[in-house]
Parts: sequence; structure tokens; C-alpha cells
Amino acid sequence: MITKRIIPCLDIREGRVVKGTNFVNLRDAGSAVELAQRYYEEGADELVFLDITATEEKRKTLLELVKQVAAVLRIPFTVGGGISEIKDIEMLLKAGADKVSLNSSIVKNPELITQAAKRFGSQAVVAAIDTKRIGDQIKIFVKGGKEETDRIGLPWCKEVVERGAGEILLTSMDHDGTKSGFDIEFLSQVTENVSVPVIASGGAGSKEHFAEVFLQAKVDAALAAGIFHFQELNIGELKNYLQSQSISVRV
Amino acid sequence: MIVVVEYGAGNTASVANALSQLGVEYKISDNEMLVGKADKIIFPGVGEASSAIRQLHLNNLFTMLRVVKKPLLGICLGMQLLAEHSDEGDVACLGVVPTTISKFPEAKGFPVPHMGWNSVKVNNDSPLFEGIKQDEFFYFAHSYYMPINEFTIAKADYGIPITAAIRNRCHYGVQFHPEKSGEAGLRILKNFVDLCS
Repeated sequence: MITKRIIPCLDIREGRVVKGTNFVNLRDAGSAVELAQRYYEEGADELVFLDITATEEKRKTLLELVKQVAAVLRIPFTVGGGISEIKDIEMLLKAGADKVSLNSSIVKNPELITQAAKRFGSQAVVAAIDTKRIGDQIKIFVKGGKEETDRIGLPWCKEVVERGAGEILLTSMDHDGTKSGFDIEFLSQVTENVSVPVIASGGAGSKEHFAEVFLQAKVDAALAAGIFHFQELNIGELKNYLQSQSISVRV
Repeated sequence: MIVVVEYGAGNTASVANALSQLGVEYKISDNEMLVGKADKIIFPGVGEASSAIRQLHLNNLFTMLRVVKKPLLGICLGMQLLAEHSDEGDVACLGVVPTTISKFPEAKGFPVPHMGWNSVKVNNDSPLFEGIKQDEFFYFAHSYYMPINEFTIAKADYGIPITAAIRNRCHYGVQFHPEKSGEAGLRILKNFVDLCS
């Protein structure tokens, strides 16, 4: 039986893990390799590393870190942040990443999804989409949530899938860091309308929020950062709880 | 010596890392002679089937992998390439197992790619699964699948039953990624290295 995935996200700046609220106010949360190891031992199903400063500072994701993580981690991991060219993707996958997550670059150049999927396979291409409610619309934001675009939520989700993205990592900026629960409403719309796995992100504050997003929004995976980094919620305990709610997880 | 086949379609880094963790010596190579001289061959693969087959032809590895009498382990796309044919790019594959690789049908509740940890039922006492409990979880990431056939030694369920592992004499294959499946995955690799013949 396929299981729902729990994915800790490590926001990386200069090799350290940081976490902010609503995309700002960064706090230090420790060494990336050590945290990765801890999550692996706690039972994380996958990890995501986002080099959050990469886009704005125009620097490339930390290849060295990817190599170090790949050497010790025996679960899949995704790397994102500032990836704008095929050769960036190739370097990251060669260094040991299993997937790359593309965000600002694909809004600017959607063709990058098509090329990446063709070259490396859809399973290696995650479309990361940051959304915010503006009036009655869901708008797409880029550059770490700093820049609003013309793109609208659902049509953009459908387009990335048509172009070959193998997964959607959907982050609600309104919910991110608030611990008030995931954006069930929009996530449900997306899982209803796309054919690829959807990873929910933004708003996890309790184990109940995870159960809610799996049962109601029918997502395939849920991602969180702060709640795991600061040990407010242990992944093992979370999975035991989900299992008690008849949600299939790997324990 | 274990040789991990590098042919421009495999993510050899992860397999190499896993072997290092197990303390297994290996070489990574695209050289026909070196691969032919290996004691055992690991044949990883990600990406698209027809371009992978083209790479095998370019490296003169196609025929050698077909006929080689050494234990071989195909991983993910590497397993699929052991089939007769793949619908992905409509390409003739190595023909070690007489079956065709097809795309997952569209089905509600089963998004494609099949991505994540799925439980595997072993229906054969193959040395590859020595010490692995029934319904153990392994990590899968694929959009095309191998149907159940006479060489299936383990299966998984994703809306439809699919082949999770095969064996035809010394040719083995796993659809999941043992190098990304935690301790159970490492055990599969170790079993292949230590026990499979």
C-alpha cells in the first residue's frame, strides 16, 4: 500500500538551517547535515533543501552540502533555490540529489520544466509554487515570496504538469509559519485537478493539521520546517498519530 | 569487483554512496571491457527509456548486458530495460524478461508518477530478499511499470498490481530504489553483493 509522506524542509543559508515566519525573520536552527541525519533517524520519508537566499543573491545552490548530505542520507531528497539552467540541475543530480525544485525560474521561463523533464525524467522535477490570496484570487509569487506575478493558482498548477513536472510543492504564503493549519481549500482544488502527486506546505502547527490535510485535501505528502526543527513535533510520534487516524504511513 | 554501469542515464552517485556505506568496493564505468570483467554488475537508471537504450548502444553495452552470465541488478529504469519492449519512446529493450513496460493508466487516487514508499510482497525465497520482512516499505519513483509476469519475485500495488522485483537466472531487477530505501534498501544491496549468483 502506498503511504503518505512526511517531508521536513530545511531552509538553508550559508550551510545552516534557518526558519522564518511568513518568509521573513530568519532564526538559526542548526547544521544542515546534522538535522538531515536526525530526520532520517526519526523516520522522515524524504527531505527538501531550499537554498532560500540563492535567488536574491544570484548564487548557486551549495553543491558541497548536497554531496555531504547524499553521502549519509539513505532516503530521497530534493534541492531547490536559484536553479535556472539545465546545467545547474545536472550538477545537483550528479552530486546526489534525487530531485530539484524549480520556482522563480519556471515562472520566467516555463520551457525549463519541459527541457528538464525530457532530460532527467519527470520524477526528478518538482514545481514549487508559492501562493497568496489577493482579493478573491490565488496569485503566484516568486523570489522567495517577494514578487507578485500575473500567474493565477490553478491554471499555473495545470501548466507545470502539462509541461512535465512530476510533483507540485504547493506553499501557501498566507499560512506559512503561522501554525494555523494548511490551506485545505486550495490544496483540495489542486489535487482534484492535477494528475501528479501534490505536497502540501505552509501552516503545519500540530499533528491534527497533518491528518486534516491528508484526509480532506487528499495530498500525497506534507512538508513542514519549524515545527520539526525546534522539536515541537517528533516525526515518529506524528506518524503513530496518523496511523491511529487510519492514514497509511511508513512506520 | 562490483561495477556500477554509468551510461549517461543513471544516477550513479546514490548507488555509489550506498555501496560505500556498506563498505563494498566498486568501480563506476561505461567501459564495455571493464563491465564484462566485473564479478557483479549494478545497472541503475533514471530518465527516459528510449534515450537510455540509445546510450547503451553508443557505449557498446547493449549486447553485452543481454548475454552477460554475471549476476546483474537493474534498478528502477535499469529493471525496466531488462524487458522486451518499453512503450516509453516505443523502444526494443534488452529482452531478458519477456514483457512490455507500459504507462500507468489514469486512476483516481493514484497520481502518476508513482512516487513514495510502498509496501512490497515477496513471493519467492530469492536471496535478494533474505532477511526482509513481508510488506516492507521501499521507495518508488516511476511513471511506467512492469506488469506481473513469470519472472516476478516481488510485487507492489498501485491501483493495479505491479512488478517490484524480478529474477531470470543471474539477472535481477528492482523497480524501487534500494539506495534510497533506508536500512531495508541497504540490505537488498548487501544481499545482491553477498548472496546472489
